[in-house]
Amino acid sequence: MSSFRQGIEAAIPALRRYARALTRDVETADDLVQDTLVRAWGSQHLFHEGNVRSWLYTILTNLNRNRLRSLARRPTLIPFEDDDAPYTAGSEAGGRDIERALALLVEEQRSTLLLVVLEGLSYREIAEVQGVPIGTVMSRLARARAQIKNYLDGERPALRRVK
Amino acid sequence: MIERNSPVTEDELHVHVDGELPADRRESVEAWLATHPEDAARVAAWRAQADAIRARYDDVAKEPVPARLKLDHIMRRGRSWTAIAAAATVAAFMVGGIAGWMARGASTVAPSAFETFTAEALEAYKLYVVEVRHPVEVPGAEQAHLVQWLSKRLNYQLRAPDLDPIGLKLVGGRLLPGPTGPAAFFMYEGPSGERFTLYCGATSAPQTAMRYHGEKQAAAFYWVDRELAYVMSGPADREQLLTVAQRTYDQIETRAPGG
Repeated sequence: MSSFRQGIEAAIPALRRYARALTRDVETADDLVQDTLVRAWGSQHLFHEGNVRSWLYTILTNLNRNRLRSLARRPTLIPFEDDDAPYTAGSEAGGRDIERALALLVEEQRSTLLLVVLEGLSYREIAEVQGVPIGTVMSRLARARAQIKNYLDGERPALRRVK
Repeated sequence: MIERNSPVTEDELHVHVDGELPADRRESVEAWLATHPEDAARVAAWRAQADAIRARYDDVAKEPVPARLKLDHIMRRGRSWTAIAAAATVAAFMVGGIAGWMARGASTVAPSAFETFTAEALEAYKLYVVEVRHPVEVPGAEQAHLVQWLSKRLNYQLRAPDLDPIGLKLVGGRLLPGPTGPAAFFMYEGPSGERFTLYCGATSAPQTAMRYHGEKQAAAFYWVDRELAYVMSGPADREQLLTVAQRTYDQIETRAPGG
C-alpha cells in the first residue's frame, strides 16, 4: 500500500500542471486534482497493477470531460471558466496566444496534445488513458497541432515564413 | 542501405517531434524535411507550440502543493461520504453501469429511512417547484427568521447553505410534515429558473454516504449527518445534482458543532 501512496504523492505536481493547462484556471484545476485524488484514494481496491500515473491521468481526464459536459448543458448555472482564460495568461504575448489556442481546441485534442508535450506520455500510454486505439490518438494529435498552427498563423501573418 | 528519400509518413513527423525515431528512419526523415519545406515548416511550428506550452505551464509542477491536495488531507476527508461516493463513481467508470454505483454506496442506513425520506422529499419538490406565486412560505429575504423558525420546530440548529457561488439563490422555505416529525424545506433557484430543494428531518439512522435516487423528471441525493437526514432534490441530472449536494454538504459541515 505504501508504494501506492508514494506513487500518488509523486504524481501530484504533474497532475496540477496537466489540470492547469487543461482548464487554464488555478481553482478549477486544483478542484479537478482534488476530486481525482479523492477518487483514487477511495479506489485503492480497484487498482491492481500498472502505472499509477497513467491511472491518475485517466481519472482526471474523465472528470474534466464530465465537467465540461455538465457546463455545456447548464451554462448559466456555473460561470463558464473559459471566458477567464485570456486574462489569466502570462504577460508575454506568446503566453496569451498559446493559452487562447489551447482554449479553442476540442477537449480530446487538447488533452492529447498536453499529454504528449507537457506530460511526456507515449502514444501508447495516451491510448490507454483515453480508451481509444493509437490511430485515434495520432489523428487527435495531428488535428490539435494543425488547429493551433492555423490559429497562430492567423494571429501573426507577418511572421509566417517558409524556409 | 536505406533509401535517403523514402517517403515519410505523417505519423513519423509527429514521432520526430515527440520522441525517438528508430535509428533507421532518422536519416530518412531529416532528408525528407530538408527537401520538403512545407513539411519542415509544419514540424517547426509543432516544436514551437510544444516549447510555448512548456514555457507557459512547466513551472506549475514546481509550485508548492496546496494543503488541500496533500494526501493527509485527502485521507481525512476520505472518511466522509465524499470518498465513498467517489469510489463508487470510479467503480462505475470501470465496471460500468448504475447498478455498480448503487451497490457500492456503503450505506448502513436501513432501506426504509432512505426510501421514506427520499419519497417525501421528492413529493414536496414536485409539488412546490411548479409554483410561481407561492413556492415558499417565508422568502429568502427573511432568511434569518426562516432558519430560526424551522430550527425551533425541528429542535435542531439548522443552516440554510449558501449556494451563491454556484449560481443558486435562496427562494425561501417552509415547514412540512415529515416521516419522523417536522421537516424543514428550502428552495433554491438558478438564473434560468431551475430549482433545487433541500429537505431535512430528524432521524436516528446512523451517518451515511450519499445515496442517489433518480426518477424520470426529478432526482435526489440523500444522506444522514449528525442525526439529521438531508435530501437534495432537483432535475434528473446526476452530475449537476451531485455538485449542488456536495456544496450543500460542505456548507453544513463547516457549521460549529452543537449549533
